[in-house]
Amino acid sequence: MSTQNKNAFWSLFSSVKLALFLLFTLATTSIIGTIVPQNNPPEFYIRLYGAPLARFMQTLGVPDMYNSWWFIGLLLLFSLNLIVCSLERIPHVWRLVTQDNLKTNPAKLEKMGQREIIPLPGTSMGEAVAKTTSYFARQGWKAAKRDKDGGTLFFAQKGAWTRFGVYLVHSSILIILVGAIIGSPTFARKFFHAPNFAFKGSVMLPEGKATNFVYSSQNGREIPLGFTVRCDHFDIEYYSNGMPKDYRAKLTVIDHGKVVLQRDIEVNHPLRYKGITFYQASYQPYPSFIVRVKNKKTGVEKKDVIPAREQIVWKKGGASFGIINMQNRGQIVQRIKVWFTDNQGAPSEFWIEPNREAVIKRPSGDFLFKAKQLYATGLQVSKDPGVWLVYLGCALMLIGLLVAFFMSHRKIWAFVSEKEGQVSVLFAGSANKNKLGFEKTFTAFIDKIKGLAG
Amino acid sequence: MNSSQLFGIATLAYLLSSALYTALLIFKNKKIGPYAITVTIFGFLVQTVALGLRWYESYQQGIGHAPLTNMYESLVFFSWATILFYIILEFKVKNRVIGAFVVPIAFVAMAYASLAKGMSQQIEPLNPALQSNWLIAHVITCFIGYSAFAVAAGLGVMYLLKKSAINKNLPPDTLTGSLPDLQFIDHLTHRTIVFGFLWLSAGIISGAVWANEAWGTYWSWDPKETWSIITWFIYASTLHARFTRGWRGSRIAWLAIIGFFAVFFTYFGVNYLLSGLHSYGSQ
Repeated sequence: MSTQNKNAFWSLFSSVKLALFLLFTLATTSIIGTIVPQNNPPEFYIRLYGAPLARFMQTLGVPDMYNSWWFIGLLLLFSLNLIVCSLERIPHVWRLVTQDNLKTNPAKLEKMGQREIIPLPGTSMGEAVAKTTSYFARQGWKAAKRDKDGGTLFFAQKGAWTRFGVYLVHSSILIILVGAIIGSPTFARKFFHAPNFAFKGSVMLPEGKATNFVYSSQNGREIPLGFTVRCDHFDIEYYSNGMPKDYRAKLTVIDHGKVVLQRDIEVNHPLRYKGITFYQASYQPYPSFIVRVKNKKTGVEKKDVIPAREQIVWKKGGASFGIINMQNRGQIVQRIKVWFTDNQGAPSEFWIEPNREAVIKRPSGDFLFKAKQLYATGLQVSKDPGVWLVYLGCALMLIGLLVAFFMSHRKIWAFVSEKEGQVSVLFAGSANKNKLGFEKTFTAFIDKIKGLAG
Repeated sequence: MNSSQLFGIATLAYLLSSALYTALLIFKNKKIGPYAITVTIFGFLVQTVALGLRWYESYQQGIGHAPLTNMYESLVFFSWATILFYIILEFKVKNRVIGAFVVPIAFVAMAYASLAKGMSQQIEPLNPALQSNWLIAHVITCFIGYSAFAVAAGLGVMYLLKKSAINKNLPPDTLTGSLPDLQFIDHLTHRTIVFGFLWLSAGIISGAVWANEAWGTYWSWDPKETWSIITWFIYASTLHARFTRGWRGSRIAWLAIIGFFAVFFTYFGVNYLLSGLHSYGSQ
């Protein structure tokens, strides 16, 4: 690459004009994906927009536009722009922060926005220098001094480092993007060839069942977990108005044949193990029941999953039973009709709500009966090794914004000089931001000195 | 007295104070000012009590949660935050005319919340997705941002009015004569946008963290998320145009107004026109 080309490249990417153009383009193109429904099968777009337009959209990746080559490309250009812009300016800021402010020509002080002359009548130059040192020190400003032609120059500053606040914000964006790449399932699959490095998946896990893999949300392939997770129980709690209040699944993690973790998960309260997080996302009711029966007399118990409308013969308990009818709301069973016999006399038939225990009085003795509808918990499962970087980036962004917007680099100079036998100190100051705020700081600073000198 | 009645009183107070601020702007009679701010503060206090009462009422119904969970409650909170922001602004900058451009926004939000068709004012139980400590953090940060942007847009309108009056060489005793000078409005617009930008960023971040806790994805390009980032891009451009290209005055005023349109769409448009994760906000 010739120097000229390099310069053209560099000057293009170091320009804020490009940044503004990219921000504008990102903002406007992002709108497309909020209007065109995303991630639907091709037929959906043909039905909605007609074949020619749908084909055009597919070419441009509109159905998954935030992962399309051109949108990712825009983000890459934006990152490059951010890096070059920052690199271009940081050396300059570095000079501003580290420069020797005592090199300032005292004549310049008289042209600064904030300035004030404090006469110190009847003091010698030596005394005035000592006093000025204490004026700074007593107000918490660490001043350095140097002898100049015709007097002594003092300089003190606060918040020089705040000039880097904006670059903290810029780097935070890059950190977030790097975190997003590390946690991206697409990257893990296509570039690292390691689908279980980062993934999003899901699995429907019926109560009592266990799995050691989940299905990739991207292509439906099995992704091994490296351990086993089992659903022990699933339940829905309702408000009195019938609205769901809580979806709760009891999960058990089994690693190398040992139970290592047992916890209830609900929406907003996932379970984490070995970098993999399990979220309660959905559920599936089945027309089957987890039944517990007990012969009170003999104490024999049975727990089993049984389908509806099937007769179960329970030899040990000396009974037969079945769920012969159901009342549903959607797929959720509200009431069941139980058929029960101990083979003596007419069978018992009764309606009962799930999870309620019934005492069945039979000629051979009392039986306890309880049935719970069988559910599967729909788990969203994800492994995102980049999320800590994203969070770090977010925290740095907020800190950076606070520093960049609400803190400033404030400088105060003082020049002690003698004119026609009169010793006086000229104070002058400036700030890179929030000039109004600095005006107040400077005025308060001077007022305090006037009090001390007066 | 229940919270709805108190919200009604607050709405009327904001209507009255809008009228008073407008009168202050038109008649330039400084005596009106103290009445305007008094009524505003009165409305604000009543609304604050009403918010607390609604929170308490939700506990009485056994479904206790902060009043920040549906469209009605968010509008009420938006109006509350806007008024709070304005009251602080008025005491800081000691200029009352700005009220004529801000208090009506809060009034319209309240009036819309109580009168719009299909707006449920019921205290409803929280669905499982909303049962999170992040709810309060997310809603509060976003709406402080939104209210700051509303104020910035009001200031933008004020700037453009004043500017056009100056361009037309209108005599200083006309309507716009009582407005603060252009440089001051410009400075204030900028500071307000900066403030809003910080809170919008915090709002987006808290939303991302929450989404990751609830669904395992901190960013899914859902329409609400996408529009919030579009809004963020617009204000980021505005700040860069000002800091590095030296944009001032009318351009910033227009950007403050355009930015608020994006805020408005993020808030309303997405709920009513597009579908997505935030659909509970449209109930």
